[in-house]
Amino acid sequence: MAQLIIPTPLRKYTANNATFTTDSITIEQAIEELTNEYPEVKPHLLDASGRIRSFIKVFVGEDDIRSLDGEQTELKDSDVVSIVPAIAGGAV
Amino acid sequence: MSLPIQISPQAYDVMRQHAEEHFPDECCGFLYGHDNDVSRNIMQAVPVLNAKEGDKRRRFEISPQDYMKAERYALQQQTTLLGVYHSHPQHPAIASEHDLKQAMPYFSYVILSVMDGKTADIKSWQLNEANTAFAEETITANFKL
Repeated sequence: MAQLIIPTPLRKYTANNATFTTDSITIEQAIEELTNEYPEVKPHLLDASGRIRSFIKVFVGEDDIRSLDGEQTELKDSDVVSIVPAIAGGAV
Repeated sequence: MSLPIQISPQAYDVMRQHAEEHFPDECCGFLYGHDNDVSRNIMQAVPVLNAKEGDKRRRFEISPQDYMKAERYALQQQTTLLGVYHSHPQHPAIASEHDLKQAMPYFSYVILSVMDGKTADIKSWQLNEANTAFAEETITANFKL
């Protein structure tokens, strides 16, 4: 089963679990499974149209899914998927 | 309501030095420690590269690779990634609209105001429960600016 790493700021929506294991075969299915299990995390991951929010990046191992097949990227049993929030800001 | 937040002198020194060294650019880094239902304790500040391309005097950005390393570090060290610090050169330690737009729940956003190369103020902010605005956290500190 693939393993999703939940970023610390979203763990309050996943019952404080740092990881989520899934037998989904694509990123899209894995995110859907996660948000079905923990509905409160959904608005922080997906926009109104159900796509991954622009401020969230998803990596399989060290690879950004945008350089793979996006949300249709296939998952293998040993894959570790990181959900990475954009961290940015500035004075004005 | 936001929790009181304690910042260790060591963490403060790391942030202050980093912010002053990089003046007039913004600096940034991660904050680690522990928290519970009644308080939050920042024990360690770790600088990271401001990955923003172009002018860094009013913007900071942390790369996804550095973010993933930070999460792994927290798991390995059995500590908690509690937030992010950054500096506001020649600007107050007030969280901006730009800070708000990209803020995550739960994280403390510590901001150091650096005026003419010297740290002038430090404040910490956290998103409110509705994630619609920042609430200032009360810093209880045993260090002097």
